[in-house]
Amino acid sequence: MIGILRRIGAEALFLLRVLAACVPALRRPGPIIRQIYNSGARSLIIIMLCGLVVGMIMGLAFSDMLQRFGSESALGIAAGLALLKELGPVLTALLFAGRAGTSLASEIGLMRATDQLTAMQVMAVDPLRHVVAPRFLGGVIAMPLLVCIFNILGIFGTQLIGVTVMGVDGGTFWSQMQNQVGLSDVTEGLVKSVVFGVVCTLLAVYEGYHAEPTAEGVGLATTRTVIASSVLVLIFDYMLTAAFL
Amino acid sequence: MVEVRGVRYAIGGRAIFEGLDLTVPRGRITAVMGPSGTGKTTLLRLLTGQSFPASGSVRVLGQDVGALSRRELFALRRRMGMLFQNGALLTDLNVFENVAFPVREHARLPEPVLRRLVLMKLEAVGLRGAEALMPQELSGGMARRVALARAIVMDPEVLIYDEPFVGLDPVSMGIIVRLIRRLNDALGITSIVVSHDVQEVGSIADYNYLLAGGRAVAQGTTAELNASSEPAVRQFMQGSSEGPVSFHYPAPDYAQALLDAGDLRGAR
Repeated sequence: MIGILRRIGAEALFLLRVLAACVPALRRPGPIIRQIYNSGARSLIIIMLCGLVVGMIMGLAFSDMLQRFGSESALGIAAGLALLKELGPVLTALLFAGRAGTSLASEIGLMRATDQLTAMQVMAVDPLRHVVAPRFLGGVIAMPLLVCIFNILGIFGTQLIGVTVMGVDGGTFWSQMQNQVGLSDVTEGLVKSVVFGVVCTLLAVYEGYHAEPTAEGVGLATTRTVIASSVLVLIFDYMLTAAFL
Repeated sequence: MVEVRGVRYAIGGRAIFEGLDLTVPRGRITAVMGPSGTGKTTLLRLLTGQSFPASGSVRVLGQDVGALSRRELFALRRRMGMLFQNGALLTDLNVFENVAFPVREHARLPEPVLRRLVLMKLEAVGLRGAEALMPQELSGGMARRVALARAIVMDPEVLIYDEPFVGLDPVSMGIIVRLIRRLNDALGITSIVVSHDVQEVGSIADYNYLLAGGRAVAQGTTAELNASSEPAVRQFMQGSSEGPVSFHYPAPDYAQALLDAGDLRGAR
């Protein structure tokens, strides 16, 4: 228990140091844009694919479920709310932790293992500012964008299966969604995506930065990144959902 | 230039230094030699302010490293250069950008000036033609020379070499040995070479320290150390396995350990 508290304390202090390092890092947009590309654009294919498939599954499952209540016209609302508020941010964050989080942790861990971070310190360059801050900002900016793309593909997938295969009326699908899904639902999803972006990216850079400088240490850091991110994303999701009720 | 006085330092309860004294004079090459595990790398961490001694003082360029604020420490580090064992080049930058990196971070130079400066430093290590290569495309010796160019690009007053000869072929090793001497004399740098390659480092060092058991057990010019009658010094300078420095890590009695390993009969 004390170990967990210490870990949380260390993470919080690290977050403060990273945030402080972000201020000067913002003056150089080049590295940040490159990291948005690394974390965001390179995760696009897996995010789009999963978004589409999740949407298609919902198209099948929700139409079936709703038909039993005779209310398949509510497919648009059900899918829209589920995606925007829960599935979009959570699934994107889990995929992000697996795709971008691991690569961040192992990249920084390897820089640690090959003395690159120490070399920077000896050259009087703060590695937090130069290595960690751009990657952190890149991840935090990329996450909401990825969530939006996931949601769009998800709704498209639901519509594709629900309307064309399961026979839900297309006009009803869209108009119900338009009427019932409000701006607050979109905001909730966006807030979650930003929080998850901070959580996943912070854990990845933290684990990489503090990795043991060995092959085993780097491997362990990537594993811990995925596990800790997945658990924390779900816990934060519960707390945020409760807060928005 | 560099003064280490009565330094004590321990990692995890194991004492690394117990009253270490060292003096590095300006403009000379000072070698710090010693068997593996005598804290040579720890000494470099102390000199660059990555670790701090439990007691005693480390003074570099007239400043007490342990008493500096973070800002003052960074200012001091700008006046020092360090060559890492494996080069520690930044793997996402090419050779030119690696050498330019400290300049871009610390000075606002117009691009043409920066370019000339970097090319001059690369020429000094004979790798001007390799400016567009990535670190992964370099051999071990080339990587170390690029790292050397990077270490001197800010014109440091003190240049620290961490095991500069490890893992190099004889040709690369000869090149690095001559480079250290030439840079020291041409640029007036104070050089500290940490190494256990007695022959190579002894051939260029103006003064040597031999570390063992957490202290400097011997010091002098290479000729003086070679002529020493001290058993530990002789053993190290001649690379002999016989002598006070033990080949074995401390262990319980050998015969008893074999007997205790279990009964051989019945173990199929």
